Amino acid sequence: MVKYDKKTLERMINGDLTWEELKPIISGTKDPDRFDKIIEILQEKVSWDEKIILPIHEHLYIVSKDDKRIVKCDCGYEYGDYKENWKKKCRINVRDTAEELEEFYPKYMASDPDWMELREYFCPGCFTLLDTEAVPPGYPTIFNFLPDIDAFYKEWLGRKAPDR
Amino acid sequence: MNNKPIGWNGKTLMKMLEESEKYIKETKSYYGIDKLKLKEEDPFEYERAFASLRGALVSARETALHVAASPIVKEIGELCFALYTPEGDSIVVSTGILVHVHTMSEAVKFMVKEDYEQDPGINPGDIFLNNDPECGNVHTTDVQTLIPIFWKEELIGWAGGVTHQIDSGGITPGHDLVAAIQRFDDGTYYTCRKIGSNDKIWKDHMINARRSVRTPFYWELDEKCRLAGDLMIRDAVLEFIEREGIEYYKQFIREVIEEGRRIFQERVKERLIPGRYRAAAFFDIPMKEEAWQPRAKIDKVSNQPLEIIIKNDGKMSLSFDGASGPGANPMNCAKGAMEGGQWVLLTQVLIYGDKVNDGAYFAVETDYPLGTWCNPGDSSLSYQSPWGNLIPAYTGMMKCLSYGLFSRGYREEIVPGYGFTGDAIQGGGIYSAGPLKGQRWSLSTFEISGQGLGASGVKDGLDWGYAMWNPEADLGDVETWELFQGGIPYLSRRVKPNTAGHGKYRGGANYEGVAMIANSKEVDFFGARDGYCFHGSGGMHGGYPHATGYRLYAKKTNIQEIIQNQKEYPLGDPDPSNGEFEKLLEGDIVRKKYCTIYPIILENNDIIYYALSGGPGYGDPLERKVESVKQDLNNGIYTNDLVYNIYGVVAEYDEEMGEWVIDKMGTDIRREEIRAERKDKSLTFDDYWEQERWKITEDMLSEPVKLMYSESLNLSTKWAKEFLEFWRLPEDFQLEVK
Repeated sequence: MVKYDKKTLERMINGDLTWEELKPIISGTKDPDRFDKIIEILQEKVSWDEKIILPIHEHLYIVSKDDKRIVKCDCGYEYGDYKENWKKKCRINVRDTAEELEEFYPKYMASDPDWMELREYFCPGCFTLLDTEAVPPGYPTIFNFLPDIDAFYKEWLGRKAPDR
Repeated sequence: MNNKPIGWNGKTLMKMLEESEKYIKETKSYYGIDKLKLKEEDPFEYERAFASLRGALVSARETALHVAASPIVKEIGELCFALYTPEGDSIVVSTGILVHVHTMSEAVKFMVKEDYEQDPGINPGDIFLNNDPECGNVHTTDVQTLIPIFWKEELIGWAGGVTHQIDSGGITPGHDLVAAIQRFDDGTYYTCRKIGSNDKIWKDHMINARRSVRTPFYWELDEKCRLAGDLMIRDAVLEFIEREGIEYYKQFIREVIEEGRRIFQERVKERLIPGRYRAAAFFDIPMKEEAWQPRAKIDKVSNQPLEIIIKNDGKMSLSFDGASGPGANPMNCAKGAMEGGQWVLLTQVLIYGDKVNDGAYFAVETDYPLGTWCNPGDSSLSYQSPWGNLIPAYTGMMKCLSYGLFSRGYREEIVPGYGFTGDAIQGGGIYSAGPLKGQRWSLSTFEISGQGLGASGVKDGLDWGYAMWNPEADLGDVETWELFQGGIPYLSRRVKPNTAGHGKYRGGANYEGVAMIANSKEVDFFGARDGYCFHGSGGMHGGYPHATGYRLYAKKTNIQEIIQNQKEYPLGDPDPSNGEFEKLLEGDIVRKKYCTIYPIILENNDIIYYALSGGPGYGDPLERKVESVKQDLNNGIYTNDLVYNIYGVVAEYDEEMGEWVIDKMGTDIRREEIRAERKDKSLTFDDYWEQERWKITEDMLSEPVKLMYSESLNLSTKWAKEFLEFWRLPEDFQLEVK
């Protein structure tokens, strides 16, 4: 059974592995204890104490707090119930003019504002950019991922979720 | 006319297919298999048997392309082969353009359902040809040869091979036509037609085929290539049966498919999380100015919303509910093509390695809503360039799967998307001078096989090396393309700055090229790529979409004078706002914000430009390591102005050292400035919601966007309900479309 030590996995998620180190991990059989090890690494990294139930983003975690499952940023900002789209708590910038788009893309190499806008979703706590949406104006905000946490723990991992 | 059924145990093929479908529906497993008996009894023999068939398929492909093949097939292997059950389910596949494995499956099922067994009859040695998307294909340019395999009097399988043609005789030269708007523009159609018997292609078919396309020589070479591969597969299967026995073969092929289905479900449970995943992708079809045909003069943007549900048992369902409508354009996509696209991408993310076959197809429930661009159900439409919708649409699937991979900890497997396989420049002309005078040359460079791949969660995306439809993407040798496209020699090819999607890990980058028309007449030229819209579903976790394409060419240039005087000529378009074309050339220079154009006529000394696609980025660009940004600057991936704006990196070029030097303190200050700008400029969700809603209610949307919403609202009750609820609009809300 393939296993990687925590240090290797930590270096990997920090983007520090060389291609020679990373390639066999991509090509090889997956390590079944990966999920638990990554949770351990992430729990040690964050400055707060709530138990991580599921990481859903580079900076966002579903955590257990006061018997509720909420989305929390590593900066400490709390987004509330994980069943609600966390983007609804974000600060948002909409690039819907050529001038704003050309700050990031050369002329001719970005979308046309009549056809599409570029939305930037920031964490209200640390102003990290959490998501972008390239969508036509008026497109509803997309709810990326709603996990079935209990089914995952109970039926796939064969144990209860940490908060149950 | 067959009197005796050719299926197993005296059944007709149609009866066998009905039974197969009933088993899947009722037992959820292939043919109701609950135990992999052969595998359990002798796993070594089972694996050896699979490896021998797999080897035969790979060998058939490698050999066939050397027997006879057109340049695209020979140079980059634009072909694949597969072995099917009598009902049309793939058992084992070769390498190559695997997107077609499942499309050929649909073609076999079409023949079974249409009762070809009775008429025109299915006999040993028969040869069938198909390129009709409505019964199992992507577009007419992909041509399939299918032969039945008999053991004694029973049909025990089908061998199928597909190649991509350089031309299929459509309304204009080319392989992904822009100007086709109805079936009758798509080129020659072979709807599962019998074209040979006794292992020989009929003479009347070849006469007809040669006269139906612009490149008859290539067509004929590829017909021979596909048939050669199919015959090799048939020989290998018959040898297998001689060795293992017919009963072993019959049980084995069904167990292998059931194993493929189980592997897929297990892999889902190994790597993903149960739940609901959503993404939306888009593609611009700007035909208002371009189209020749009055009814095709419509600007459209395709809505490609995707929802994936992973169930507790590892089963996946995938739905494009809410997709916008088809139209008088070539981007309409048949259901079989969608299934092919879904299957080929799943082989790259979840089912690579093990039993790659239609088992994975049976493990996924799909919803391609009838009447939408992804299942128009109307064979009178054009299906000539369905890639225009299919390719961006499936970036959504990659992104959805990546959310699951991330949560499970497998960040190295994340792929939020990929570049469009464009700029697909096409056309051709006739040599007006030189040893080939009077002969036709075709422009169909398959450099499009090398696009930027999206970044993963631990590294940058692959530069200039990915095509979603071929897991073994290969852009070929430029010398080969020049040889066959002699009327349009290259002037340059180099890295184009700022194509890669921004992010903590950037997307793959790509390059640009310049070419001129020489020694030719009657030259047509066109191309297709995203332009008005960012391609696909964009970046992930704060990454940005990669840059769009655009159109640039120059007519009536002074390139001859430049060459004679050995002056500088444009090598690309690194800064489109300060173009080399405008600085170095005299002539009529044309720039268009969009990239998909109808054919234009070019003459000698006209110059064309093309730029290939980057890939989307991952993560907040402010978290990109400064050393990585320095490398980007030194490699010409990004320019200094954009690096300052988006990555907050302050750098200066050191002429003496010949490299970029980072101002670390300046970078820290600049990054803090950007964070402060984010705070100052951004809105609360409520304010953003009011602003966006106002665009809808105050009629601020452009016509193509209104048309898109109008189509989706009318085609899906579910999508309409969510849209109206999100914006708190009345139930009878409608957008007025001109």
